[in-house]
Amino acid sequence: MSGGVDSAVAAARAVEAGHDVTGVHLALSAKPGTLRTGARGCCTIEDAHDARRAADLMGIPFYVWDFAERFTEEVVEDFVAEYAAGRTPNPCLRCNERIKFEALLDKAIALGFDAVCTGHYARLAVVDGRPELRRAADPGKDQSYVLASLTDEQLAHAMFPLGDTVKDDVRVEAASRGLSVAKKPDSHDICFIPDGDTQKFLAGRMETKPGLLIDDETGAVLGRHAGVHEFTVGQRKGLGIDGPAPDGRPRYVLSLEPVSGNVRVGSAEKLAVTGISASSPVVHVELDGPVECVAQVRAHGGTAPAVAELVDGVLRVQLREPLKGVAPGQAVAIYREDAAGDVVLASATIDATS
Amino acid sequence: MAYLDHAATTPMHPEAVAAMTEALSTTGNASSLHTSGRRARRAVEEARETIADALGARPSEVLFTGGGTESDNLAVKGLYWASGKRRVLASAVEHHAVLDAVEWLEQQGAEVTWLETDSYGRVSAETVEAALDASDDVALVTTMWANNEVGTINPVHDIARVCAERGVPFHTDAVQAVGAVPVDFAASGASALTMTGHKVGGPYGVGVLLLARDVKCTPLLHGGGQERDVRSGTLDVPSIVGLARAVRIAVDEQVSRAAELVALRDELIASVRAVVPDVIVNGDPVDRLPGNAHLTFPGCEGDSLLMLLDARGVECSTGSACTAGVAQPSHVLLAMGVEPALARGSLRFSLGHTSTRADVEKLAEVIGPVVERARTAGLAGMRRNRKVVKQ
Repeated sequence: MSGGVDSAVAAARAVEAGHDVTGVHLALSAKPGTLRTGARGCCTIEDAHDARRAADLMGIPFYVWDFAERFTEEVVEDFVAEYAAGRTPNPCLRCNERIKFEALLDKAIALGFDAVCTGHYARLAVVDGRPELRRAADPGKDQSYVLASLTDEQLAHAMFPLGDTVKDDVRVEAASRGLSVAKKPDSHDICFIPDGDTQKFLAGRMETKPGLLIDDETGAVLGRHAGVHEFTVGQRKGLGIDGPAPDGRPRYVLSLEPVSGNVRVGSAEKLAVTGISASSPVVHVELDGPVECVAQVRAHGGTAPAVAELVDGVLRVQLREPLKGVAPGQAVAIYREDAAGDVVLASATIDATS
Repeated sequence: MAYLDHAATTPMHPEAVAAMTEALSTTGNASSLHTSGRRARRAVEEARETIADALGARPSEVLFTGGGTESDNLAVKGLYWASGKRRVLASAVEHHAVLDAVEWLEQQGAEVTWLETDSYGRVSAETVEAALDASDDVALVTTMWANNEVGTINPVHDIARVCAERGVPFHTDAVQAVGAVPVDFAASGASALTMTGHKVGGPYGVGVLLLARDVKCTPLLHGGGQERDVRSGTLDVPSIVGLARAVRIAVDEQVSRAAELVALRDELIASVRAVVPDVIVNGDPVDRLPGNAHLTFPGCEGDSLLMLLDARGVECSTGSACTAGVAQPSHVLLAMGVEPALARGSLRFSLGHTSTRADVEKLAEVIGPVVERARTAGLAGMRRNRKVVKQ
């Protein structure tokens, strides 16, 4: 229970469904009282209080479990290392994989619980003995992308009671249940970067190496920068380029080269990607040869029809329509279209694009 | 439900509830000069005399406060400010109400000597004496009468003596001691003593600082000049009346209750050890609070044990400080030289005036499976951590 409206309603629904529920708030900040300032992340003192009040109202036990060390090692340090390597990580996905459905789940199971129930927006069912993950009923809130990399074993011990409900109705339900968090704003930022300044956060935690901004077509040096951590693939603003391109078109970050420190920029067309190669796949539905699917390359938006195939442990995705801003380090999730909610087939980490 | 957390708070004695309830429906500011005020003043002064008598103090030495934390802060800061000296001697195992007040003074420029303890958490008079002789600028010495976590009783009379020989004020936090062991303020030789209502069957939010008549103490709260001008604020007549009744009963019944609690406590320890043979008892095995059993369960996380016991109807404490509910290893155990991992696997069971054999039997019934399960969970965490290290 993060202290937000979603996990509170999820807990209330689990209680109502007759489960024996214990509320757990994860303490994830390595420096309580510093990172915990500001009430929009997932580990402020105010959030812990809100979670406790929601649990009180439901009459369930409530505990704070300290995973700060694990979170720092497996999410924050990984986040920094990925950026240092020129990739764009998704810390929420990593947190689901390593904290909520590993550290927390392992401890919960050892203590005698059967499942971890969260306020994620995704639909989960068991079909032919295997977990089946689908997009949420609320397309704007769907979080199946950040859950798609969970293994079947992890999903077998997961519950997402909000998958069939749109967010507005969750808020109405929270209010009708008397939960004080009904009107609490959604959290958007990365919880361990409460001020939202990712560049500043990274600059203090990794070796920054100045480098060049290079025109991908001509090889011309367009400027200098303080380090690759200041850029993400697809970025257009704040490149620090003095003049426009000769053809007057805007330029985008195409790739980051952490070893040389070079950042390559080019036109929007160059940014468009049709081929994706992704490693460490987690497969939920066996892929027999190439399959027609919809691919998603980031948490919000970024979908295109595609053909995907698993070849020697690498997920190869050929997009039928180009996508922009496809960044190595992000996950690609592939779905089978379905009117009752697209079904997650697999997820893998993007290594290369073409 | 087996309530084994009397050291956190203990049920109010029915007679204290009755006395307080009656006082709640009576109007009168004890500082007012009219009839109602005099009636309130009389109730307060009778309470003061009752408490003074029960604790071996003079009535004028009884200062009513808002509880143990306030009494500790008033003593530590007030004695320090009034002394004009710079150094504070405090034991490393004090309650946070003393510990944090001393640390705050340190930030404000005070010099602090943290008095070391032995492996039972006891401060010796020799340690205090050596620290006193190392400085001629000591404002006060503060060591608790009995430790709230591990239950060890300090030689307060000896410590008070070495302080008195050097003319240094000595404060003792006796929050856990009053009603549990004999406490006589005059005989102890202490300059100031903290006690609180809700640990002795009285109400929350009221406490006492016993302050010897000749000891100077600068107030924290300025105002109407109540309580010898040391603690201003309108007197909380109903709480004070309830407190006095509770103190009277707790002190009168102390000897017989202590005998009962020691027997029950030893039974608790024996029954836990019967199913968990490697359990460790912390604190002095003999010279300890009658109702305190502080136990370490190797391989377990205290918070897991607490949750599992709570789910089975047994309430106890990890005895540790919390930041947003996150358990930190106890500073008391760390000061005693306990390994952090073992410190995390510790629980405090504390018995009080409503404890029964059924409470102890309930714990004995569930502790075996609970420890087994918590150990599995502890091992699961350790396995994962190893895996992470390898990556």
